Amino acid sequence: MDVLDIARWQFGIITVYHFLFVPLTIGLTAVIAGLETAWVRTGKEDYLRLTKFFGKLFLINFAIGVVTGIVQEFQFGMNWSDYSRFVGDVFGAPLAIEGLLAFFLESTFLGLWIFGWDKLPRGLHAGCMWLVHLGTLASSWFILAANSWMQHPVGHRFNPETGRAELTDFWAVMFNKVQVVTFPHVIFAAYMTAGTFLLGVSAYLYMKKKHEADRPMYHRAIRIGAVITLLAGIGVAVTGDLQGKVMTEVQPMKMAAAEGLYETSDSCAPFSVFTLGTPDGKEEKFAVTIPCLLSFLATGSFDGKVEGINPLSEQYVETYGSDPTSTTYTDGDYTPVIPVTYWSFRFMMGLGIFAAAGAALILWLTRKGRTPGVRWLGVLGLSLPIATTLASSWGWIFTEMGRQPWVVFGLMTTESGVSPGVSVFEAATSLVVLTSLYAVLAVIEVKLLVTYINKGADPYEEPPRVKVGGSDDEDAPLTFAY
Amino acid sequence: MELTTVWFALIAVLWVGYFCLEGFDFGVGMLLPVLSRNETERRVMINTIGPVWDGNEVWVLVAGGATFAAFPEWYATLFSGFYLPLLLILVALIVRGLSFEYRHKREADAWKGRWDLAIIWGSFVPAVLWGVAFANIVAGVPIDADKEFTGTLLTLLNPYGLLGGLVTLTLFATHGAMFVALKTDGDIRHRARDLSVRIGAVAALLAVVFLAWTQVKTGTAASAVVFVVAALSLVGALFAAMRGREGWAFVGTFLTIGLAVIGLFVALFPDVMPSTTDPAFSLTTTNAAATAYTLKVMTWVAVVFTPIVLGYQAWTYWVFRKRIAVHHIPSPVLADAAK
Ligand code: HDD
Ligand code: HEM
Repeated sequence: MDVLDIARWQFGIITVYHFLFVPLTIGLTAVIAGLETAWVRTGKEDYLRLTKFFGKLFLINFAIGVVTGIVQEFQFGMNWSDYSRFVGDVFGAPLAIEGLLAFFLESTFLGLWIFGWDKLPRGLHAGCMWLVHLGTLASSWFILAANSWMQHPVGHRFNPETGRAELTDFWAVMFNKVQVVTFPHVIFAAYMTAGTFLLGVSAYLYMKKKHEADRPMYHRAIRIGAVITLLAGIGVAVTGDLQGKVMTEVQPMKMAAAEGLYETSDSCAPFSVFTLGTPDGKEEKFAVTIPCLLSFLATGSFDGKVEGINPLSEQYVETYGSDPTSTTYTDGDYTPVIPVTYWSFRFMMGLGIFAAAGAALILWLTRKGRTPGVRWLGVLGLSLPIATTLASSWGWIFTEMGRQPWVVFGLMTTESGVSPGVSVFEAATSLVVLTSLYAVLAVIEVKLLVTYINKGADPYEEPPRVKVGGSDDEDAPLTFAY
Repeated sequence: MELTTVWFALIAVLWVGYFCLEGFDFGVGMLLPVLSRNETERRVMINTIGPVWDGNEVWVLVAGGATFAAFPEWYATLFSGFYLPLLLILVALIVRGLSFEYRHKREADAWKGRWDLAIIWGSFVPAVLWGVAFANIVAGVPIDADKEFTGTLLTLLNPYGLLGGLVTLTLFATHGAMFVALKTDGDIRHRARDLSVRIGAVAALLAVVFLAWTQVKTGTAASAVVFVVAALSLVGALFAAMRGREGWAFVGTFLTIGLAVIGLFVALFPDVMPSTTDPAFSLTTTNAAATAYTLKVMTWVAVVFTPIVLGYQAWTYWVFRKRIAVHHIPSPVLADAAK
């Protein structure tokens, strides 16, 4: 293995890992803020209990999201220094702005929310969580703007003198056409993740004898979660469809790779639900296909033309592949790994459809206060947040692997972005250290989540009524302490 | 002023913010086994920084991001060059950050003990390594014509670099002890105050040697002034602590750290990473910078949002201004969760 391979594995592992926690964070902050606001406005005890219970689970998740984010911030410099030199002028700005606008907001107001039960009036306390949510949205906006630029570089020019891409139009980068469809898709996916989490955990607890007394509360939570999941699911599907069209326009190769379509199809290209054949899709043994769907996904019309991998590949070699010293040159060809793009696209959609169907089923089973008499409700419930989380992972694997061999589409190949000065020893050390550390953390996190989920919501406890800065009783114990 | 100079200054400000703020929570973390006598006191210490440590840490993330945006070449050379120390810092920050959140999630002693170790080492390692890194940035490292760092790990572990590490270590420990003295009440407050003076004396000695050495190496008249004021504030802080003026003592170490960082940046300017291979290869505020347009965009964002951030960060410190004592710590209600 050379540094390039190691760095790629590291980036993939570390980033997919970060994104296991992020969607839940984005979505749950909204759910918790909503639950707390419901409590402030209605005074219903159940809403406060749910706020605190899901707040606790959220914090377990959030902590890992934060610490894995730290690595993200620095690994571009560590493993991808040539990439950083090349794109820093464009790519660095959203990253820096993300920190200033989003991370400060998230971390500061989350601190206030965690420790502020006896220091802030109720409305303001709930407001802190809304601000944390706003922070997660801002965070997503700027980091996705950075990523969208890599998918479709706009608002810049290549300066041959400095040999790098230079920003010419900040707003073009902020409102990149890829960005405006990617952001809502990712955010809806996050709401879907949180919806399934609320639904799944509540369904699981609903089925436990130990928590029988709390059934009405969990029943309500199940239904709120199911509704969020379904609404967000519609959002995901609509924006995903829009993304497909933009993608076909800016990266036709990715759409071709998503289907394993080798030759251009002039009209009515079919979409295969699944295929058995040689893994590279070149030889098909058995397939279930839906006629004309690929044309529709790619172009919005059932007889749209979809370009194939082979002609695109030839075209890329001609346009980009002549000069081995340029940043657009690759040793290999300009085709991504087809089985990965093919299956990751289907896993994303399939897991999402499974989650939506599960949510719809549970919503129906619990209609009009009905008690579902099925034992597998808890298991089904808990499988849904796992499904949505994995759907996001596969979505990213598709997006990023489908862009290969480019790191910045049409401007720089991944192989020319890697750090030239880093040794195999250094890169391997970092891969091994971080991967094993992350593995240990995953075990700890899952164990903690299981423990705290099983415990269920704490009994109701009236929080103190205070003005800003806390109560006058100097000696009262803190409401919350580490 | 050139925008590149403005951004050099702003990045200095971000590092000042980072070291002045996270400096004390590193200190609190390192002193955990030294200052506390029992579990409740450990919790007192951890809760003094509980609401703020994450906000403090964001300063380094923004410093990293701002360096990427304003001086991409600096970001690239620095982080690919100082690879292994940075990896260590990252690992330390990861386990440390998690330990605050996870430590109290179970009552078992073994569980807490392990997270305590994570807090202690997770604070100790970056406290030393940031100093080593900064000393080496100021002193210069081998960089070739392609702006690549050509040294090894051992290049960084030179006497001047190591002294830099000891200085940040002892300064942060002093700063942390001052913070505990300021934010707690009871026994631990007094212990913290006494300890701050003792560590502070060592820190003062090391800092004076280090700053004088820096001055000789790369200093200017301006950096000399800053260094002298930094040293004086440390002495002032120690006197204040001895007289029980905890607020002033903390302000003193805050200033010391801030001024020392400013002094280092002043001594560095106009380089951002001098090359010891050939001065012509040095990264400077001009040859490492982003374009004027990018800097302009970033300046607008910084001008508008930095005051807002400072405002709400200050507000949190105000909300959590009360001292914490042993009797404020609620008894563990989580015992049954440990099953
Ligand atoms: C809950 C998660 C989830 C679900 C159910 C879906 N997606 Fe998705 N999808 C994501 C989560 C996601 C993601 C992780 O958020 C991605 C990765 C990058 C991005 O923009 O969003 C993504 C990427 C992504 C892309 C790639 C965009 C690009 O590379 O430029 C397309 C075309 C779609 N999605 C389309 C869909 C369609 C048509 C779906 C089903 C109807 C769908 N997604 C369901
Ligand atoms: C939005 C911010 C993101 C940026 C700026 C970004 C940037 C990059 C870069 C620079 C690479 C090239 C290195 C490589 O090939 O390994 C890459 C690849 C990759 N990224 Fe992303 N990424 C982002 C988000 C994500 C997310 C959230 C995930 C997953 C959940 C992800 C998954 C991957 C994977 C799997 C690869 C490997 C592709 C390959 O090597 O074939 N990325 N990304």
